[in-house]
Amino acid sequence: MTSTKTAPVDGPATQEPTGTPLARRLLAANSAWTFAILVALVAFFAIASPPGTFLSQYNITQIATNAAIYLVLGVGMTYVIITGGIDLSNGSVLILSGVLAAEFMVHNGGYKAGWSVILVGIVISVVTGTAWGSIQGVLVAKAKVPPFIVTLGGLGAALGLAQIITTGNDVAGGAPNTLVETLGLGELFGTVPWLVVLAVAVTVAFGLVLAQTRFGRYTYAVGSNAEAVRRSGIRVDRHLVKVYALAGLMAGIAGVMSLAFFHTTTIAGHSYDNLNVITAVVMGGTSLFGGRGTVVGTVIGVFIPAVLNSGLVILGVQTYWQSVAVGAVLIAAVYVDQIRRRSRERG
Amino acid sequence: MTEPLLRAAGLTKRYGQVHALQGADFSANPGEVVALIGDNGAGKSTLVKVLCGAIQPDGGQISLDGQVVHFANPFEAQRHGIETVYQDLSLAPDLDAAANLHLGREVFRGGVLRPFHVLDRAAMRSSARSAFAELGVDLQDIDVPVASLSGGQRQSVAVARAVAYASKVIFMDEPTAALGVVQRGRVLDTIRRVRDRGVSVVLISHNMPEVLAVSDRVEVLRLGRRVARYVTAQTSVEELVGAMTGALAGEAAA
Repeated sequence: MTSTKTAPVDGPATQEPTGTPLARRLLAANSAWTFAILVALVAFFAIASPPGTFLSQYNITQIATNAAIYLVLGVGMTYVIITGGIDLSNGSVLILSGVLAAEFMVHNGGYKAGWSVILVGIVISVVTGTAWGSIQGVLVAKAKVPPFIVTLGGLGAALGLAQIITTGNDVAGGAPNTLVETLGLGELFGTVPWLVVLAVAVTVAFGLVLAQTRFGRYTYAVGSNAEAVRRSGIRVDRHLVKVYALAGLMAGIAGVMSLAFFHTTTIAGHSYDNLNVITAVVMGGTSLFGGRGTVVGTVIGVFIPAVLNSGLVILGVQTYWQSVAVGAVLIAAVYVDQIRRRSRERG
Repeated sequence: MTEPLLRAAGLTKRYGQVHALQGADFSANPGEVVALIGDNGAGKSTLVKVLCGAIQPDGGQISLDGQVVHFANPFEAQRHGIETVYQDLSLAPDLDAAANLHLGREVFRGGVLRPFHVLDRAAMRSSARSAFAELGVDLQDIDVPVASLSGGQRQSVAVARAVAYASKVIFMDEPTAALGVVQRGRVLDTIRRVRDRGVSVVLISHNMPEVLAVSDRVEVLRLGRRVARYVTAQTSVEELVGAMTGALAGEAAA
């Protein structure tokens, strides 16, 4: 122990940054500046819009409701991207899960179906999504097909199956009134939509799993250096299957939410879910190269487009500007991630 | 001479036409640093892979503490207290030092949280701190990702990780190859501390001055066989190079 105290400085890493660990960690987080952008957007629209519009309870509820499905999909996507993968299939898996659930419910009471039928429908949707995700996970982890290709194939196949089952038409009567009036349009205490309650519950639960449990730790480790994880005796392939299954589970849950909210299966309505969700996750500071990211960041990333959309509508500006702004923020987010990586990875 | 901690006798391994090991012997005693040297293609890597369970030999015998053992995979070797520090750093760069130290051996919170495998960060951090302190590894900030540490610090974390779980033998394949002078010195200090805990350290190195500086004994491989053994204090670079290249023949006693 003689050399420890007088040891010479070893490299730039030993130059201690100032500030408390918490403050440093927040500043270092990739999501810090996207959070600043979100706060700035909210502040701008709150000031620029007529009083009692943008920050009204109604509008906030609308923004949250519109974000709810993307939030659930985003949680699954966050896990997948942290492992260094990607999931292009989530929109199609959402549709397929919803279609299978709707097909069951339409043949068991349709609009008038009760809770027992609805519960079976929910189970069908969730199981379909999870099973589809597991198959994709096996192809990624065991067959070693790149995730981009597996989920691109899954994107086409799941949508195709949904169209075959329905002959391309949305399932009329597949969303029972009871489901629509509760999960779709109902509100907890008459204020918070059930859709939002569900999305928040899922987000908090899996955000905690990612940040606090061994499952989350392995997710980061696999994306960071899969070989090191393998050498530590951890079954990397098994973990990857679970992560893709989780993404499928989220698509299955989102399938039920979509069914309840839109009253029908919306087969043609989810073509861009994958890209929108990837955009949100990456804007939230999750690295496309794996190993880094947070669910909190994804929440921020989901709300930036939602807030922009709502604010631009209220201001009477063309909402197409939202796409332009989000595109710019996305590219900036990845640019910042690249710079961080380069400055950090030295010998 | 007492029974060696780890002994290999007559190991053979063929890859097609290539005879990587042709009856190789090896021994390591508790609490010593053995340098394993040899020219490229002498069979060093193959021998180490066999001894740590990464590959299976075609023939020969390995014994640990006098008992014959078979390692079907590295995890069986690890269960016997044998760890390996790989040349290419087996760390997850995005995780911090404590997380890397405990990768695959996480500590969980108890009580109602137990079934969820909730990580006990405080416990892992404090055990990491004491592991690093014990090895004289100087990390000011154990909460940053290891990617932002210097090369020497990262190698020290990798060594500390192996040391924390190795009760018997640690293999280190070129642990200082990518390091600068100061960092190299630190890793060598760490190796000495590990040895002083009674663990046997097997050092694979091309760097002869380093071998002479840190090892207690040297075993020389050539063409898949052990060709010489030396006590480090009684040998020289010339002698080692001679044995490696075949200029000096015959197995010297050690």
